[in-house]
Amino acid sequence: MGYQWNWGIFLSPSASGDDTYLGWMFAGFKMTIALSLTAWMLALMLGALVGVLRTVPNKTLAGIATAYVELFRNVPLLVQLFIWYFVLPELLPTSIGDAYKQSHPVMQQFLASMICLGLFTSARVAEQVRAGINSLPKGQKNAGLALGFTLPQTYRHVMLPMAFRLVVPPLTSEFLNIFKNSAVCSTIGLLELAAQGRQLVDYTAQPYESFIAVTLAYVAINVTVMTLMHKFERRIAVPGYIGGK
Amino acid sequence: MKRFAFTAAFVAVLGASAVMPAQAQESLTLKKIKDTGTITLGHRESSIPFSYYDDKQQVIGYSHELMLKVVDDIKANLKLAKLDTKLMPVTSANRITLIQNGSVDIECGSTTNNLERQKQVGFTTTIFVIGTKLMAKKDAGIKDFADLAGKNVVTTAGTTSERLLRKMNEDKQMKMNVISAKDHGEAFLTLETGRAIAFMMDDALLYGEIAKAKKASDWIVTGTAQSKEAYGCMLRKDDPEFKKLVDASLTKAMTSGDAEKIYAKWFMNPIPPKGLNLNMVLSDEMKAAYKAPNDKAFE
Repeated sequence: MGYQWNWGIFLSPSASGDDTYLGWMFAGFKMTIALSLTAWMLALMLGALVGVLRTVPNKTLAGIATAYVELFRNVPLLVQLFIWYFVLPELLPTSIGDAYKQSHPVMQQFLASMICLGLFTSARVAEQVRAGINSLPKGQKNAGLALGFTLPQTYRHVMLPMAFRLVVPPLTSEFLNIFKNSAVCSTIGLLELAAQGRQLVDYTAQPYESFIAVTLAYVAINVTVMTLMHKFERRIAVPGYIGGK
Repeated sequence: MKRFAFTAAFVAVLGASAVMPAQAQESLTLKKIKDTGTITLGHRESSIPFSYYDDKQQVIGYSHELMLKVVDDIKANLKLAKLDTKLMPVTSANRITLIQNGSVDIECGSTTNNLERQKQVGFTTTIFVIGTKLMAKKDAGIKDFADLAGKNVVTTAGTTSERLLRKMNEDKQMKMNVISAKDHGEAFLTLETGRAIAFMMDDALLYGEIAKAKKASDWIVTGTAQSKEAYGCMLRKDDPEFKKLVDASLTKAMTSGDAEKIYAKWFMNPIPPKGLNLNMVLSDEMKAAYKAPNDKAFE
């Protein structure tokens, strides 16, 4: 269909003259990693907390946690992103909102993206953590309580060490997802990997080369994550349980 | 995300395309139009007043009207009793690939004819000439590009303005923060909400955005034009017969005065969606283009 292949495009100087196109891709790669890792840390911390709260006997706390999960799990990621980026600054008091909006755009985009991805994923992590806790035999909790532990102590010393290990495989999936979902953030102008790929298409009219490169970069990220998580999974596996020896 | 889906599809057919035989001499596009009785037209969704949806989700605009004229001529030329037109919305990012892979036969919107793109697609006779300028709030104190130093400036991703703006930032060390919005509507939203102090784009499109604004009188288009650009319709490269037919049709419209009438309708009269008059007088460049139609790129 008359397509002119040109793999050399990556080494040619970029349109703005400050870098090569390969440099653009690498900048996007770094942005994707930075965004996904920070969002993942947020997701793990919040997700673990909310997941635990969903299993506590206190009805109010469990209810709040359930509402949190349903809210962030059921609204499309793209809609959430637009709310964080476009709507929320308008709800702040005018002076604060204006000051925020005039700050560095990359900071604004990164912050909105990180919070959005982090909270969205935290709802999913929470569900995994809850499933892990619920999968434990009831006897473990009762044993902890019978030994004189308080409920928080039982969670801390008996149930959570088990539950977290059990949910490592599903959490790996969520970890992989966060890298892939981060591509959504290109819609608010954050120059991560997918956005740089699209930019390359716009500037060079070489769509195949750039999207193949983007694909390979995502695969590379995710293969690395999978390998590391697999090693981690084996190291912390509980003997006698799924994955244990 | 649409563009990614398209691209994914292309990657899938890559293998197949590699073994396809070289194109025959006769016009594949015309043959396809004859065989299927259908022509697929690419249009934009928010390039006011070139190609956009009105409030009834109908595609309208200056470029679109010219394209429909071309379609009439194609129908007459091929002596077809009936020619169905299929409309396909395109974005700045996917329009070139959609032409290349045959999803779209011709696209008239607001596509700049430049040398890089000519390597991938063919361009018809120039249908419009624009200058890249700035839009800002009237009271923001922005008169020209020099006033932008150290400020947040928005433009649309994938446009010549984005390239010029980034280059200017680099060359003149202006320390601007360039925001690349995904389309003109989002770029204007970025400007309107105060995230950016100015929006750099093709002047005609800036007037188009003003036509959509809540309060049109708040905004001005200002600054020295940073580049002149020729808009053309895109079609597949290496199809001279089809291009000849389309060019002839456009040339006829321009030299006969029809194009100027269409211009007046979209640039000098109230247009949808808000009935605002863009009041953009026919420029000398446009007059020249109508007088001597050509398919030259400015850069």
